[in-house]
Amino acid sequence: MKAGIILFPGTNRERDMALALARVTGSKPSIIWHGESELPAGTDLVVLPGGFSYGDYLRCGAMAAQSPIMRAIAAFAAKGGHVLGVCNGFQILIEAGLLPGALLKNASLRFLSMDCHLKVERTDTPYTNHFQPGAVFRSTMAHGDGNWFGTPETVAQLEAEGRVVLRYCTPEGAVTEAANRNGSVNNIAGICSPNRRILGLMPHPENQVDPLIDGTDGLPMFQSIAATFATA
Amino acid sequence: MTDLPTPLDAARARQLSAEFGLKGDEYDRVLAILGRTPSLTELGIFSVMWSEHCSYKSSRFWLKQLPTKAPWVIHGPGENAGVIAIGDGLAAVFKMESHNHPSFIEPYQGAATGVGGILRDVFTMGARPIANLNALRFGAPDAPRMKQVIDGVVRGIGGYGNCVGVPTVGGEVNFHPRYNGNPLVNAMTVGIAQADRIFLSAAAGVGNAVVYLGSKTGRDGIHGATMASTEFAADSEDKRPTVQVGDPFAEKLLIEACMELMATDAIVAIQDMGAAGLTSSSVEMAGKGGVGIELQMENVPQRETGMTAYEMMLSESQERMLMILKPGREAMAEAIFRKWELDFAIIGHLTDTGRIVIRHNGVVEADIELAPLESQAPLYERPWVPTPKLPVLGTVADPVGLKAALLKLVACPDLCSRRWIWDQYDSMVGGQTARRPGAADAAVVRVEDHKRALAMTTDCTPRYCLADPEEGGKQAVAEAWRNITATGALPLAITDNMNFGNPEKPEIMGQFAGAVMGIGAACRALDFPVVSGNVSLYNETEGRGILPTPAIGGVGVLEDVAHAVGLAMPAGHDLVLVGATQGWLGQSLWLREIAGREEGAPPPVDLVAERRNGDFVRAQILSGAVAACHDCSDGGLLVAVAEMAMASGIGATLEASGDHAFWYGEDQARYVLAVPSAAPLLAAAAAAGIPAMHLGKSRGRDLVLPNGEAISILDLQVAHEMTLPALMRDGA
Repeated sequence: MKAGIILFPGTNRERDMALALARVTGSKPSIIWHGESELPAGTDLVVLPGGFSYGDYLRCGAMAAQSPIMRAIAAFAAKGGHVLGVCNGFQILIEAGLLPGALLKNASLRFLSMDCHLKVERTDTPYTNHFQPGAVFRSTMAHGDGNWFGTPETVAQLEAEGRVVLRYCTPEGAVTEAANRNGSVNNIAGICSPNRRILGLMPHPENQVDPLIDGTDGLPMFQSIAATFATA
Repeated sequence: MTDLPTPLDAARARQLSAEFGLKGDEYDRVLAILGRTPSLTELGIFSVMWSEHCSYKSSRFWLKQLPTKAPWVIHGPGENAGVIAIGDGLAAVFKMESHNHPSFIEPYQGAATGVGGILRDVFTMGARPIANLNALRFGAPDAPRMKQVIDGVVRGIGGYGNCVGVPTVGGEVNFHPRYNGNPLVNAMTVGIAQADRIFLSAAAGVGNAVVYLGSKTGRDGIHGATMASTEFAADSEDKRPTVQVGDPFAEKLLIEACMELMATDAIVAIQDMGAAGLTSSSVEMAGKGGVGIELQMENVPQRETGMTAYEMMLSESQERMLMILKPGREAMAEAIFRKWELDFAIIGHLTDTGRIVIRHNGVVEADIELAPLESQAPLYERPWVPTPKLPVLGTVADPVGLKAALLKLVACPDLCSRRWIWDQYDSMVGGQTARRPGAADAAVVRVEDHKRALAMTTDCTPRYCLADPEEGGKQAVAEAWRNITATGALPLAITDNMNFGNPEKPEIMGQFAGAVMGIGAACRALDFPVVSGNVSLYNETEGRGILPTPAIGGVGVLEDVAHAVGLAMPAGHDLVLVGATQGWLGQSLWLREIAGREEGAPPPVDLVAERRNGDFVRAQILSGAVAACHDCSDGGLLVAVAEMAMASGIGATLEASGDHAFWYGEDQARYVLAVPSAAPLLAAAAAAGIPAMHLGKSRGRDLVLPNGEAISILDLQVAHEMTLPALMRDGA
């Protein structure tokens, strides 16, 4: 597969993402500068990694969403391309209008860096097909603005269309208020586009792919990606 | 010879020199060097270069006595940071630095720019920062403004470190009323470089371009170094304009641009603009290289209009670097910095005059011979008196019993969980953090694309240092060494961050001297040299000094991260104590928190036993026989076992018998190991002549004390976890 990771000024989890992708796919993703106006030919997957693009100034992701490369990504997505946005990447996808809602400051008004547990709501997406139905996995979060918010209409539409892919839950899988540390509506941790090929999530499963570092709980997400493009 | 700068009026100059912090005889020396009255810019340059902060004039005499060499030391003190070889052709580059005064005046920005400054000291040498740590000392939690200070410092460290994408993986926090008016913020950065690709600061090549990089210069932080060299009075609020404002986004771009340029062969020398900004970077680079330097201030990128040469030379605006480029590399270097949307300006060139000449719009503003600026800098062997030894504490009765004491100790501010703090720091970014905060005695971070990992810690027990600066200095080094050892790593070197009161007081200078002697003795005994450091004096507010706090940042190496062990113990393991227990309660937390007394001599540090016990424990860990390991420090043996239990969620049944002094004494050189079977370990210890004893077994969900009393791990965890959140709830 051919994956490309977008590098904005202030991106800081591109190396983590590259290591995770390389671990499962065996091939090193390319790093694509935000000032480019074209994606490399034959790109299968575009990843917007975590970080603080443009220092989170103005509003998280707002300035990165206006980068030249984002026009190319929007066109790629419109043609059915696969796009994964993690943390700041999720914020950018929302600011670019590729996913709905908004990511507000955490309800505690503090940066939250901690373990979280995620309930996989559907396993028929390109990013979750290696999870068992109903699976719960541990990941980490590291964000100040991950409190997903949508209007009641948006929330109702997402839920009706089954586009909530990941929810914060307890280690046992209960979707509770206590497990919802950043205050997201309906414990939403990750949502996808109607064609399920664009996924945005706040946690960092790319940091859980190595038994010697923080366990392999996030590995199925990357195995899903590898499987998706192995059969594509 | 150039035109001479316009001197100040002689009387006005003397008055200003005092305001800038120069003593009368120091100013006389300025006059002798120049042979005339200085200009404003010249006076500014002398006063910051000769400030305590930049010149180390009270401390150099003592610091020279510290051991700084070992076969693995590549660069010791004197560069921007220390550099050690860690194997695989790699080098670890690290340093710890204080930002105490700014962090009290303006906690968020003070702490944030402390992180930014120490990061630059490391990446300016060609190392990519892989970890940040912080040693923090706050006042009594209920002291005025203290919650705001804690909240601001923690937010500032997180705000900066999280944004630049360097994981904050460890550190330490103490609380004591002696820090009420003068909290300490000591920030440490560790980076990784190729050992043969280290960048230094000595300028070379007459005619080579002097390049300014990074953010624009504003009027912030003017005379910050001077502010950091005086005591605080009640008017410190008025000093807020001397505190700099950080921009971690600019720093992130600066890191990436420097890394990209450092992969080429364009750079002759590079240094960050830290304390005293453009003045110290230009003076030090030219001075170290034995060349002259000429700067055109109109070419300095400026954030504000109408700035004078004086203001630009003294500004401490953040995220700036100064670099000497090889001829012909200017366009290539500029393209890299423009790509990262950073300022790049050629602001001068190197000369053969041995002088620093500052011009602004054609007018000479300063013209100073560099050699005497350094060689004639004040150096004081200040009067000092040794700290009187305290008597060894006699027997103290146990007023509450083991169980009540444990529940109180694990919840006290100095021992309670730091989760509220580290939950605000991104400890995972980079994807190499093998042991997060709280998981092991030292943080463990792997080197990308290698098996090799670094273990890192910061340590100091200020109450020991107050009671006996020499033993306290030894203990700080020994504990750092022990914490690294307890992960299985081999301790290699330290950075020291010496925080003390007013050195003009002989008893304070005595604390400093004692601490240096203790640190030196421990470094020699443990093969653990000092490779970088920082001194922060005048930590006094309205005449009251802090506890002497020589914070030690230690770095060690694990050849394979798979060998690292942490605190969490599996069930069904034997718990074995390695090291001798005498039951030393003097200056212990038990004595302070349970008996309400801060008394006695602190525990003595037997450096021979430290070395022997630690080398033994490390060998056991590397043999694969140890499932978990934790050193005994604050709170003593029972607190150590409780911390292992809380980290694993598994209880223990303790069988070893002993009184409160046995369980809560703070004897040094001890470790608790969890092993599948005690017998082989006890036999190996006996063969090595090392005291060891079986304590009990990990099992169940309770900690069962030798007297049969049980405490559920959940109760311990609740007590341990609730202190900081409860404390900060209404202050945040």
